[in-house]
Amino acid sequence: MSELLKVSSNPHIRSKATTNGIMTAVIIALLPATGFGIYNFGIRALLVVLTTVASTVLTEALFGLYKKKTTVTDMSAVVTGLLLALNLPVSIPLWMAALGGVFAILVVKMLFGGLGQNFMNPALAARCFLLISFPSQMTNFDCDAYTGATPLAALKAGESVNITDMIVGHTAGTIGETSMIALLIGACILILLGVIDLRIPGSYIVTFLLFAGIFGGHGFDPAYLAAQLAGGGLMLGAFFMATDYVTRPITIKGQYLYGIFLGVMTGIFRIFGPGAEGVSYAIILGNLLVPLIEKLTRPTAFGKGGKRHEK
Amino acid sequence: MSKVTERLYNGLVKENPTFVLMLGMCPTLAVTTSAINGLGMGLTTAAVLALSNMIISVFRKIIPNRVRIPAFIVIIASFVTVIQLLLEAYIPALNDALGVYIPLIVVNCIILGRAESYAYFNPPIPSLFDGVGMGLGFTVALTCIGAVRELLGAGTIFGFGVMPDSYTPIGIFVLAPGAFFVLACLTALQNYIKLKGEKAGKDRSRFQSGCNEDCMNCSDSGCARRFYDTGAEKKEGEN
Repeated sequence: MSELLKVSSNPHIRSKATTNGIMTAVIIALLPATGFGIYNFGIRALLVVLTTVASTVLTEALFGLYKKKTTVTDMSAVVTGLLLALNLPVSIPLWMAALGGVFAILVVKMLFGGLGQNFMNPALAARCFLLISFPSQMTNFDCDAYTGATPLAALKAGESVNITDMIVGHTAGTIGETSMIALLIGACILILLGVIDLRIPGSYIVTFLLFAGIFGGHGFDPAYLAAQLAGGGLMLGAFFMATDYVTRPITIKGQYLYGIFLGVMTGIFRIFGPGAEGVSYAIILGNLLVPLIEKLTRPTAFGKGGKRHEK
Repeated sequence: MSKVTERLYNGLVKENPTFVLMLGMCPTLAVTTSAINGLGMGLTTAAVLALSNMIISVFRKIIPNRVRIPAFIVIIASFVTVIQLLLEAYIPALNDALGVYIPLIVVNCIILGRAESYAYFNPPIPSLFDGVGMGLGFTVALTCIGAVRELLGAGTIFGFGVMPDSYTPIGIFVLAPGAFFVLACLTALQNYIKLKGEKAGKDRSRFQSGCNEDCMNCSDSGCARRFYDTGAEKKEGEN
């Protein structure tokens, strides 16, 4: 009897995946983009990365000491710090980068209950906090390597852009967003390791391309669409931040819906908004809608709902 | 404690309208972009609150229960109109800075709340001081929020530069999200101090309700401590 029936309490399906393992995989996947950012923008980029990572890890550790519950070993603070650094321009004053890290961990994550309870992606919330607080420093992409506008701003102003440079990453922008190739390598690592799947990034990017094609004013011009795809934080956002486990919907239908919403919002921000970029605001708005999306797409339990058979 | 000081203490600390009762959030969040705006809004509201409380209390026996809300609104609106005309005449700068939020004092929850819960049942003098206490509590809260937001968001307090020149203002604090951050932090701080005081046995609300630490024979059913009395549990266990 005991061989046939195994009585145990739930959860019945267990996975070997650990928070630590997933976070380490994300860090490894972010390394190509980080490396390219340091190569592209110089040693100061490394300094910005180290500052944000140190500030997020330190904040998490200190909060852990205060709460007498150590959570810093799950590596999530490192991921937040790294993602935040990749979203900052290289010329940002270091104290602002550190302040962003503190805000991400303390206000967005820990005050809401720590990892798993935050309703917003901490790195993106910190980026938006910095963007609203210090608009001039956050949109100053002048550095030793490049001066002038980002490719997306140039595209919006009607100037021509070099697509090859944009795909390789030899352009102005935030530290981690410029190189499409490096980001795609990281994305492939995450997909092969099974950390993320293509539901959200796929529906996000396809929706955005359709939107840009219809409303962008250039029709389905391949050069224009390629520039929209490679420019700005779309790749970084779609593969690394929209797929954040905590702030994405858990239902499969909901994930498609979420991706479509992000695509439409990014399109609206980029094409009709005053700025050239809109990925971070789109994802934050999407994060806020996640509870509603989950409620809408909640699957019916077995035996519930459906039509009753009439006699 | 005399009735007057008790009312003032109640409004300023024990039932501070902003940090404890969480009333009047609309002006609290909207106009506290600087300390001077917070102070102006607070004092304007305090004046309306004290006067309307007193008049409502004077007329409390002739206002029929059924139409009391329209009657309150008429009294409050009259005072708001008077105050607005005075501001326009004598402090036009403050009037411009506060804008539409001055006429909106009419619908401020604190004023209607005090009229409903206190002035309608109590004599004029305590009602006046209830209004003064609540108004000053509101003023202190708004000035604190405004000062913190101005300090972080612009580097000044009441327009005086207090931060070194190298300080870069954190712009978000004078925008709407900053109001929520600062209000939440100050409320948390206030709760922290209060809890600390309670732990040290200095909880004033206990003495005011005439607590003799004997919850079994106490008639105060509103006391939160009643259900946490460790002595009572022990007695039950012995039985």
